[in-house]
Amino acid sequence: MEVKQTTAKIIPEPAAVQGRPTPRRMLSRKSLERIKSLAPLIALLALSLLIGARNPRFFDFFNLVRIANSAAIPLVLAMGATFVILLGSVDLSVEGVLAFGAVVVAILVHNDMNQNSFGWFAPLFSIAAGAAIGFLNGLVHVKARIPSFMVTLGSWFVGIGLATLILGGTNARVLDPQIRALALTRFLNFPLAVWVSVAILVIAWLIERFTVFGRHVFAIGGGEDLAALSGIHIERVKILVFTLAGAFYGIGGVLAAAQLGQGNATIGDGRLFSTITAVVVGGTSLSGGSGGVLNTLVGVLIIAVIGNGMVLLGISPDLQQAVQGVIIIIAVAASIDRQRMKFVK
Amino acid sequence: MPETALLNLTNVSKAFAGVQALDRVSVEVRPGEVVGLVGENGAGKSTLIRILAGVYRPDSGTLALDGKPLTLASPRDANLHGIGIVFQEQSLLPNLTVAENIYLGQEKEFSRWGVVLWPALRAAAKRQLEKVQLNIDPATRTAHLSFAERQMVELAKALALEERTERHLVILLDEPTSVLEQREIDILFERVRALRSRASFVFVSHRLDEVLQISDRVYVMKDGKVVTEKSAAETSVPELHRLMVGRELHAEYYREARQQPPAANVAMQAERLAVAGAYRNVDFTLREGEILGIAGVIGSGREELTRTLFGFLPHSAGKLVVAGKTVRLTSPDQAAALGIGYIPRERRVEGLVLTLPIVPNITLASLRTVMQAGTIQSGKERRLAETWVEKLRVRTPGVDALCLNLSGGNQQKVVLAKWMNASSRVLIFDHPTRGLDVGAKEEVYDLMRTLSEQGIAMVLTADTLEETIGLSHSILVMRDGEVTARLDAMPGSKPAQVDLIRHMV
Repeated sequence: MEVKQTTAKIIPEPAAVQGRPTPRRMLSRKSLERIKSLAPLIALLALSLLIGARNPRFFDFFNLVRIANSAAIPLVLAMGATFVILLGSVDLSVEGVLAFGAVVVAILVHNDMNQNSFGWFAPLFSIAAGAAIGFLNGLVHVKARIPSFMVTLGSWFVGIGLATLILGGTNARVLDPQIRALALTRFLNFPLAVWVSVAILVIAWLIERFTVFGRHVFAIGGGEDLAALSGIHIERVKILVFTLAGAFYGIGGVLAAAQLGQGNATIGDGRLFSTITAVVVGGTSLSGGSGGVLNTLVGVLIIAVIGNGMVLLGISPDLQQAVQGVIIIIAVAASIDRQRMKFVK
Repeated sequence: MPETALLNLTNVSKAFAGVQALDRVSVEVRPGEVVGLVGENGAGKSTLIRILAGVYRPDSGTLALDGKPLTLASPRDANLHGIGIVFQEQSLLPNLTVAENIYLGQEKEFSRWGVVLWPALRAAAKRQLEKVQLNIDPATRTAHLSFAERQMVELAKALALEERTERHLVILLDEPTSVLEQREIDILFERVRALRSRASFVFVSHRLDEVLQISDRVYVMKDGKVVTEKSAAETSVPELHRLMVGRELHAEYYREARQQPPAANVAMQAERLAVAGAYRNVDFTLREGEILGIAGVIGSGREELTRTLFGFLPHSAGKLVVAGKTVRLTSPDQAAALGIGYIPRERRVEGLVLTLPIVPNITLASLRTVMQAGTIQSGKERRLAETWVEKLRVRTPGVDALCLNLSGGNQQKVVLAKWMNASSRVLIFDHPTRGLDVGAKEEVYDLMRTLSEQGIAMVLTADTLEETIGLSHSILVMRDGEVTARLDAMPGSKPAQVDLIRHMV
């Protein structure tokens, strides 16, 4: 019947409608779900123990600092991507926005290309630049109804292109000691960049957990039609999510420029893969609606520990990239309930 | 009883893609009343409910609340006017908690500067849950609840509207019992009765006994119209049923003159066929050229039986013989290879690849007929498609037209052409005329008679009893997973609808 089809579109059938779970099955399903949600954490601990058993230096305090340091930028980036993926969308613009943000900060602080010296104001421009690209991502995605995959694929290259354009294909060296301090100065043994990433984590967690906006992100990811029927402003939330993600990538750009002591167009290379991998490995569902920033923290640490472990165990650097690739496939295989999916595209 | 009406619908009409779903319908809901709404599939109940809920806007006619004209722009708008709905497909987000679902979109009332005060929201949700006497933690994730519990949460969500409006509420219950056990239904009804002091209810169901049990008044709908309004005390299940389906059978509509006795050859046979939990002990013999109708209400097992015959739901016991071979169909492609075709109710999803033109859709199930040396002979394929388009009188600018752009009836013809081209000998018709207008229906009936003359055997589950009786040679009636009657339906000696109903309910 024609009528029925139309309503089926408006009112999505929850995935769980198929069966009528008996109380007993419900219980096991509940505990199963709990185990599943803890799986990434268990994997992180198991990996650490495994690597530690093979090479005890893994647990040296300074190795842990090294891991934290290597996780700092990926964490900031993945915080942004987490909200996008919670929506059920995807954001591929990470590397482009990061490079653009890094170049913006590099040419605005004291550097070897021009006479600028905006000091601490420079990072604000990077964040604003990132947010602007993110805002455009969201706006185009929502208003022109173009899949986020394509929009952000495009803006990835736009970001790289802008960075190249500004620098004419060269590097801008950061000479401002204040910015360099993010990477070089330590507080309680950890570089400032690590503390920045922790602050970002806390902010992201607060947004997720305690704001109306955060709740609406989950509602949209869980059932966009239904969320719309409940009066949630879908478009506004989505644009805001992409803007927030862009701002986070901008911060990532500042940290990257500080770490490398320069800004250039290739500074973000490889960051997209590790960002998406961390979010997914952490247990945030690619279809949206479940997971969150704490999951992503675990995911980021897993990736960092594996990277660190492969070095400690003397695995050939040539092999390391392939290992990371296998890991994301395994993680997705373990996390998606494929029996519920009718088609896999 | 000239009581003042709370909610009034007057002369409301609504059409979808040319199909008149509602035709000048007038309904009123009085304060504290439970109004039943019954009718067959496609009678317009769901459309009516969705207009009341603000999901659809009527093409013409008026709504009035407390005598004042009312326009509902969205479900949210309806909510603000104190109209809530408990949908038949449950509409809670499984990934959110119960409390979040109850106040979804309403968090602002519990937030300061965008920060949600969770304890306040949970406490409010707890109050709503108490109204329906559901003792669960509002922080429970909805995915962890049983079906019945979710239904109660939906009711609680609707009752939460109380806090946003001074008005008496109107709560629309769209087939709320279809997924509930008897015990759960009793609880729901008890809550509905208890809540009448604060709300009126509109109750839609296909279970007539339940409608009579809970309602004060009943509206009977048929073909998009309200045919009558009865006080529940003054009517009965058989009378309601007669009013719902009652239309003069006219032989010509179903081309009964062309109905020929089936051949002797058996096309398909079932012996004590069963699917655990769905149906059992089903026997039938389907001969070439025969149309076997299967009648039964939802839950009778007839839908599952239909699905078994095309490999969607393999049988768990008994024997199925197709063209002389004992088989167990475990997938549709296996069924298709045995010469079985399937004409689905959701032809736009299951019947056609809408984004492809007519040609590849027709040859989809029989590509090998146009293959040579491993490649598709497009000239041959095209000519074949043209032949079918002509034979079945598919109205289209050409065979390159996308199926997307065809009308429902013409889409259904393309589905039929697909199976005829695949030389199917048995066709499973799963609600073949759903959503078609009268003219298109008649064309489908014509085609079925032609197929019958060519010796094609057909199994039919139809939207209405009338259609089942009019088209079939013989009819199986099912109830609670078992065959309760077998009736002959040759022209001149067609059974009456009451003969079927008696075995259905």
